[in-house]
Amino acid sequence: MIVSLTVILLCQLIGEVIVRGFGWPVPGPVLGMLILLAVLSLRGRIRKSVPEFGRALDSTSKGLLAHLSLLFIPASVGVVQRLDVLAAYGAGLVAALVVSTFITLVVTVVTFVAVSRLSGSSMDDAGATGAEEKP
Amino acid sequence: MTDQAFSLWVYLSQTPLLWLVVTLGAYVVADRISQAFGRHPLCNPVLVSVIAVALVLWATNTSYAVYFEGAKFVHFLLGPATVALAIPLYQNRRIVLRAIVPMAAALIVGSVTAIVSAVALARMFDMPRSILVSLAPKSVTAPVGMGIAETLGGDPALTAILIMLTGVVGSVMVTPLMNALRMKDWRARGFAVGLASHGIGTARAFQVNSLAGTFAGIAMGLNALVTALLLPLVLQWMVE
Repeated sequence: MIVSLTVILLCQLIGEVIVRGFGWPVPGPVLGMLILLAVLSLRGRIRKSVPEFGRALDSTSKGLLAHLSLLFIPASVGVVQRLDVLAAYGAGLVAALVVSTFITLVVTVVTFVAVSRLSGSSMDDAGATGAEEKP
Repeated sequence: MTDQAFSLWVYLSQTPLLWLVVTLGAYVVADRISQAFGRHPLCNPVLVSVIAVALVLWATNTSYAVYFEGAKFVHFLLGPATVALAIPLYQNRRIVLRAIVPMAAALIVGSVTAIVSAVALARMFDMPRSILVSLAPKSVTAPVGMGIAETLGGDPALTAILIMLTGVVGSVMVTPLMNALRMKDWRARGFAVGLASHGIGTARAFQVNSLAGTFAGIAMGLNALVTALLLPLVLQWMVE
């Protein structure tokens, strides 16, 4: 668990250093995600020398992602500082947010399904049924 | 309050320990409530926890800055969690690669829709520029969206709240909406909610279906990337 946590934090660190060093407009953790993806693609080779690496990384990431909601609480509690802004613009903001989210969900899902049919990569062809892929 | 009780309170309110316990405790209770209601989206654990913590802060007359001193340890984990999204992405790489074309199309169309519709609607309510900028990245995961808002002259704390609300609204809407639209493709359903409602939507998608959750996580990561690049251009075009 310590090894996998170190790997994840190291990827984030490298991501932050590159993003800040070059002044890229991309968030550091997002670049870190791409770096970890590259590391995982090389995992076949790593696994031979350090067999427990892969399994530990899987369980650490499951632990982090299973309680993703928890991680949003501290920033969200910041609402207590902005009650005045919410009182002034709250109704408009909520209306804009609800309608925009609705439109975004519909447009995204329709685009995905339409292009999926056109490009011949629909679910039926893929043969996936919502089950996890077995490696 | 007696002197001893008072000095105990002074100690507790100065260390991160108390507010860390309050944050985790609120989440554990909210998660149990959500479970008891069969994961009904209106019992969103984030929404319930935030209301509970806000009430505790109000009752104890504690400032947000003091609370955040403790809660920042939880907040920090957002970064590693974003990095860890690479793991489900890698595990599902074959399904993902097969869907690369619809994903790219839905990503660009959805990302632009999310920004343009939010800013256009907010302008109808005559909101000042700083609030428009704070609303624009509402569909992006919190650490990224807050960074975008700050860079462009918005208010990151307001953005955090709007992002949270967008997450809850999307999670509440997605299952009935997708059923009404007769969408059966779990990849498309997950991708839409991850793009529109970031991590909270992704958490919801994982509760419903693991393939949907995987695509939601991918959409969240990609949308953070695309919005960070597109939003300055769209804002310039729409606001200035």
